[in-house]
Amino acid sequence: MDNLLQLKNVSKTFGEVSAVHDVNLEIGTNEIVGLLGDNGAGKSTLVKLITGYHRPDPGGEIYWRNKKVDHLSVPKARELGIEVVYQERALADQQSLWRNIFLGREISNRWGMLDVKTMQHETQKLMHTAMGFTSSAVTSESVVGTFSGGERQGVAITRALYFKAELIILDEPTMGLSLSETRKCLDFVASIKAAGKAAVFIDHNIFHVYPVVDRIVVLDRGTVAGQFMKNELTLDELLDRLYRVAQTGSLENNQGATR
Amino acid sequence: MDSVAEARPLSPTAKRSRFSRLLRKYALQIAIVFVALAILAFFIWRAPITFLSYDIYYSLMSTTPFFALIAIPLTLVIIAKEIDLSFTSVMAWGMTAFDVVFVATNNVWLGFIACLLAGLFAGWVNGMIVVKLGIPSLVATIGTQFLWRGVVLVVTNGQGLGLSAVKETVLYSALVGKIGDVIPAQFVWTIIIAIVIWFFLNRHKFGAHVYLVGDNADSAKLMGVDVGRTKILTFTIVGLAAAFAGFVVSTQVNYFWPTLGEGYLLNTLASVFLGGTSVFGGTGTIFGTFIASYIIAIINPGIVAAGWTAYWTQLIYGFIIVASVSLQAVLRRRLN
Ligand SMILES: Nc1ncnc2c1ncn2[C@@H]1O[C@H](COP(=O)(O)OP(=O)(O)O)[C@@H](O)[C@H]1O
Ligand SMILES: [Mg+2]
Repeated sequence: MDNLLQLKNVSKTFGEVSAVHDVNLEIGTNEIVGLLGDNGAGKSTLVKLITGYHRPDPGGEIYWRNKKVDHLSVPKARELGIEVVYQERALADQQSLWRNIFLGREISNRWGMLDVKTMQHETQKLMHTAMGFTSSAVTSESVVGTFSGGERQGVAITRALYFKAELIILDEPTMGLSLSETRKCLDFVASIKAAGKAAVFIDHNIFHVYPVVDRIVVLDRGTVAGQFMKNELTLDELLDRLYRVAQTGSLENNQGATR
Repeated sequence: MDSVAEARPLSPTAKRSRFSRLLRKYALQIAIVFVALAILAFFIWRAPITFLSYDIYYSLMSTTPFFALIAIPLTLVIIAKEIDLSFTSVMAWGMTAFDVVFVATNNVWLGFIACLLAGLFAGWVNGMIVVKLGIPSLVATIGTQFLWRGVVLVVTNGQGLGLSAVKETVLYSALVGKIGDVIPAQFVWTIIIAIVIWFFLNRHKFGAHVYLVGDNADSAKLMGVDVGRTKILTFTIVGLAAAFAGFVVSTQVNYFWPTLGEGYLLNTLASVFLGGTSVFGGTGTIFGTFIASYIIAIINPGIVAAGWTAYWTQLIYGFIIVASVSLQAVLRRRLN
């Protein structure tokens, strides 16, 4: 499979804390990768390295379609086609829905003047298609601070979707969602596969992850403890191994899975 | 749904909900206008001779700009969840730059440009200290307030400067002249600056980022907004505006006093907060600040004209500010 994204020897240290340590990871085009790991394993930090929010420590390299990317930044990552649904949702609560959808990449002319009409119109359209807002009380002018958890997640996902990403990263998107909202979210991940795009899906619940992914990567204390293709392993075997990681910090019998 | 709604005339309920939506959206602005009208009506009732003649309005239009010119751009800083307390000294620092350059070159225009550049620089320094060194703006700008006042006093040696040379240039009539004998030029400048800043705040990427940065700096950063640059720019604009206001004030009184700016701090800040801008960042309007600056300005002459002693001024100020800000807090909670 072609590599869409590749990390080579990527580390990230915050002062004394080594959040991510010497990670090598590939994501193929049209591959859905599940990223599992305990709280504090470094999943979110890894995500922020991929999106250009954090810079890797010296020595780490990031490749996009087999080309090295120097000085990755948030705008640059977006240009490449990387979209993220952050764990913290990254919304501005007192701002309107349309301002949140276009947060950080407002539609504007070359002098930076906003095209408010188009942004409102696009938002209005997305509300009925992608976000599935049915209440007439919600408009593109509504302030997102008043939304429910599921609605807020809908905004974050729709935002990632709108910009035609090649790679969509979802960091614990089901956190705080109701059952039906979780269902919708998982369907969405499955639809990424169908659309021919790639995704990294982070979730604590392997029952969420297992059905929708092609490959599973387990992160433990900042390092990749192991990875395997889903079709090599039943859910029971997976549970077994995860338990072992928690105990010993490494997966056994994972040679077959390293590609 | 929206295309259908556009094509058809709105049903009464849709009309009503659109109306109530607008009412909600502009609730704070509507409220401040009502407060202003109520105060005006009160003074017209208590002091009809003064408040039914044009003179009082002319005088309000000529003196309110002295701080409204700063309060309007200061709104940006406060929306971005920062504060600037140094502008009072920056007003005098700008005029000090004028002083030095004018004395050296005898050219009013060069002096004027030096004044604006000095203000720009002082604002930029505030931004850099806050953003690059991570010092809270409250602390940083108390520091620079002393710093620039100190520079002013050292450079001028505490001596003022007569500005009759400015009066001989077109700058005088352009900045503080009378337009058709009915409107002071500085009022027109205040309107122009309010419109320009309104435009950048509401119709430009910069303004969008100002709101985002003040609302949630982490989200803004995650989504690729240059938080630091946005903040530095807001401080820089206030510095520039403070120097400009300092020049206008000095031109009006034909003299540069090294104490220029002292006494403007609270009026200016009160205008921003009374105008509905939240100290928590993320919300605020230029319109609110503009109206509020006139509310602040009308109280003192109003009280005197109504026949009370000026001792009442502070009490009424305090009352109006506390009552309005409380009203805003309640409105905000009700709306969300
Ligand atoms: N900005 C930061 N500064 C300092 N430490 C951080 C920062 N971000 C994350 N960490 C630390 O890095 C480790 C990994 O965190 P994180 O990537 O959020 O883990 P996960 O998402 O897997 O729960 C944790 O110990 C966390 O405290
Ligand atoms: Mg996390």
